Amino acid sequence: MKNVDVLIVGAGVIGCSIAREMSRYELNIAVVDKASDVCEGTSKANSGIVHSGYDAKPGTNKAKFNVLGSKMMEKLSAELDFPYKRNGSMVLCFNKEDESKLLELKQRGEENGVEGIRILSGDEARRLEPELSDAVVSALYAPTGAIVCPFGLTIAMAENAAVNGVSFYLNTEVKAITKNDTGFLIETLCNGSEAEEITAKILINAAGVFADTLHNMVCEDKINITARKGEYCLYDKKVGNMVKSTIFQLPGAYGKGVLVTPTVHGNLLMGPTASDTPDKEEVSTTGEGLDSVQSTGGKSILSVPAKSVITSFAGLRAHSDKGDFILEESSVAGFFDAAGIESPGLSAAPAIGEYMAKLAAEKLGASLKTDFVHTRKGIPNMALASMEERQKLIKENTLYARVVCRCELVTEGEIVAAIKRPVGATTLDGIKRRTRAGMGRCQSGFCSPTTVDILARELGVSVKDITKHGKGSELVDDHK
Amino acid sequence: MKKKIVIIGGGPAGLAASIAAKDAGIDDVLIIERGEHLGGILLQCIHNGFGLHTFKEELTGPEYAARYIEIAREKNVEAYLNTMVIDISRDKVVTCMSADKGIFTIEAESIILTMGCRERPRGALNTPGYRPAGIYSAGTAQKFVNIEGKLPGKEVVILGSGDIGLIMARRMTLEGAKVKAVAEIMPYSGGLKRNIVQCLDDFGIPLKLSTTVIDISGKDRVESVTLAQVDEKSRPIPGTEEIVPCDTLLLSCGLLPENELSTQMGVELSPVTGGPKVNESLETNIPGVFAAGNVLHVHDLVDYVSAEASQAGKYAALYVKALEAEKDDNLTENSESSVNAKSYAVTTGIGVRYTVPVSINPDRMDDLLTVRFRVANVYKNPEICVYFGDECIMRRKKLICSPGEMEQVILKKADMNKLKSGDAVKICLENV
Repeated sequence: MKNVDVLIVGAGVIGCSIAREMSRYELNIAVVDKASDVCEGTSKANSGIVHSGYDAKPGTNKAKFNVLGSKMMEKLSAELDFPYKRNGSMVLCFNKEDESKLLELKQRGEENGVEGIRILSGDEARRLEPELSDAVVSALYAPTGAIVCPFGLTIAMAENAAVNGVSFYLNTEVKAITKNDTGFLIETLCNGSEAEEITAKILINAAGVFADTLHNMVCEDKINITARKGEYCLYDKKVGNMVKSTIFQLPGAYGKGVLVTPTVHGNLLMGPTASDTPDKEEVSTTGEGLDSVQSTGGKSILSVPAKSVITSFAGLRAHSDKGDFILEESSVAGFFDAAGIESPGLSAAPAIGEYMAKLAAEKLGASLKTDFVHTRKGIPNMALASMEERQKLIKENTLYARVVCRCELVTEGEIVAAIKRPVGATTLDGIKRRTRAGMGRCQSGFCSPTTVDILARELGVSVKDITKHGKGSELVDDHK
Repeated sequence: MKKKIVIIGGGPAGLAASIAAKDAGIDDVLIIERGEHLGGILLQCIHNGFGLHTFKEELTGPEYAARYIEIAREKNVEAYLNTMVIDISRDKVVTCMSADKGIFTIEAESIILTMGCRERPRGALNTPGYRPAGIYSAGTAQKFVNIEGKLPGKEVVILGSGDIGLIMARRMTLEGAKVKAVAEIMPYSGGLKRNIVQCLDDFGIPLKLSTTVIDISGKDRVESVTLAQVDEKSRPIPGTEEIVPCDTLLLSCGLLPENELSTQMGVELSPVTGGPKVNESLETNIPGVFAAGNVLHVHDLVDYVSAEASQAGKYAALYVKALEAEKDDNLTENSESSVNAKSYAVTTGIGVRYTVPVSINPDRMDDLLTVRFRVANVYKNPEICVYFGDECIMRRKKLICSPGEMEQVILKKADMNKLKSGDAVKICLENV
């Protein structure tokens, strides 16, 4: 039995943001997630965009927290050392009749408090982005649009929360919740077999697409979360500079529209599609979906670099029937929801964390710590380091000279660091998200056997126990 | 640090190039290898069939590599192991990284690019479905089995019939796995005929031509793949879907020359091969920078890699000697003979995808010059023809040509005076 003041269910970007913000207070906090790592759900497969905030309807939580989160992100990226870049964004309009919608969007943005947005003519837009399609007649430009590494953000917040005393229990699924006088009794299942109980005074629901299941275990007023799948294509770094800003399409012109954007790591990303799926773990891509990503997204640019696709993936957005973020204490005292966090959830995450943490801390009458560590330094990055920095790292630890992933220039030193850090990597995907080993153009063909060896060695387990993303995804077996 | 010839990569091409450079009289030759051993990918190719041309016997990959390593050692070829080249500048400064030396640079007079190739990943195929454990490139699986002693799976489907895929079909079977099918999207295999016979036919493994994987199921580990036949435009044909339960999908869908370093330094690449464009001396657009082996174009047999790389080693040595002679001549202005000499383009005609080299300067060629190429399709009874301008100067009948097997023609220096100004050397197939 574990006893905590606050239990956060879900170690995605929202759960980790709340955990980090709550760790400012004198509280005993834990985070549980059924996955083998933080950032294993919606947070790992999305557009990686920090929206400037013109899209959401004024007055909604989406609008409010998007604009707040977007304004917090740059400072947070400096504090917690994760990749972030303010690259600006554009919404393209393809015919004159639709230009009123572009104006509407601009007004909405101004109402939401988005700074610096303006309308560009097609030619002005093409001067900024020479690869834009000739069919673009005008565009809305938002200089505050930005891109972020969604793994980097989530992991940075998790690590910082852990350093400030938050416990992370992974591979731990919540099976049942009972409300009692002092709070909640939570029954969990660890590693698929071991039952374990946790008591908590306050429970915070950040369970992503499963937030309804969790909410409905406790509350009479039911909520419903639909998993909305989005498929993406990721392109080689050699076409990563095709566009500088994030290119959206005006909603309605070609359905919901597909974005084209550089990623913070220099790849090009196109997506997502949108289709509801009854299975909340259904993250398979489809032939039609991938075709539609390229054909719809392709309308924004002169030509689609189809031959440069290095991988495709799908992610699920947690769409609530209410259409807005649910950020409140539920009808059951002490049970807080951070639910229905679909786009612009990543942008809003820092603000949602701050808000939810304050709500919960006030409920408990908690006071702020005096020794909160508000900065975190990321894993050294040999690919981006200067020659002098590289020299220094190798001098301190020769593992930084052993290149494991040659596509992204990731060394054994970085991989070992990723394993040894707080909330460290235990899986191949965990290594990938923390170091980019396996994320390059060969997609782990070269490095995976070595990475698996390093994981087994550092974790003190057999190679056959190393998984891609948790139990059931074992990679190799011993010879008979 | 200064070196006369620096060779990037210590696989079969790098080894052969180093030996040839030594034989041609340059003593200061350095191989830089990122792995722990010399030998490159041969070290994980434990099957036999290597060296039939070079040594007139069937060796395993490690044995073939060992022969060259032995010779290189006898000739005192210097090699830095566990050393990664992270940059090469256009003026031939090589930046390296290793545990014992840290970051260091080498100024080279000549560079031979022998970095080899890597496998095309799943992403390049954009195969839909889940992304579970159990999807490996054939080479990754080969490394797991042959080097690490681990089995990547028990029930296997292989997509692509490249040679590594065929070899791994046999290897996985020998290690106790069940290989259910090899699917190939093209109507012919991309591998060697002998591998189809020895690795599939002999083990009763079906080769499904004009077939591809259209879906992958399994959230954590592969549970099945869906195969479908494709039409002549490689589009899946509805109604031909077949779900094959398996825990592993191996991909053997082609090899890509590994030219990140070449591109960084400004070497011009061929869009067809993905390797540098080279002249008769296997020299790239940057004078003194040569390329050979799979970094230049993907070969079918290692014997040809060795032969080609030997040429590159020799030409690199000649280049260094010419530089020295120039210095001895006190930089007099009359060393321009090679610049003034005439170069002829080598072009491709019907049925020929590319040639190596893409240009020939007769003054600089040996008495015989091997032009290597691959054909675009399977052709029965074709004639391989060489034209100088409009005149056919060579015609050779073949029973069969297929894309999986490299072809070659040998040009004689003595014939080259038939070329007229403005002519190209054209290689093509006729009777197809």
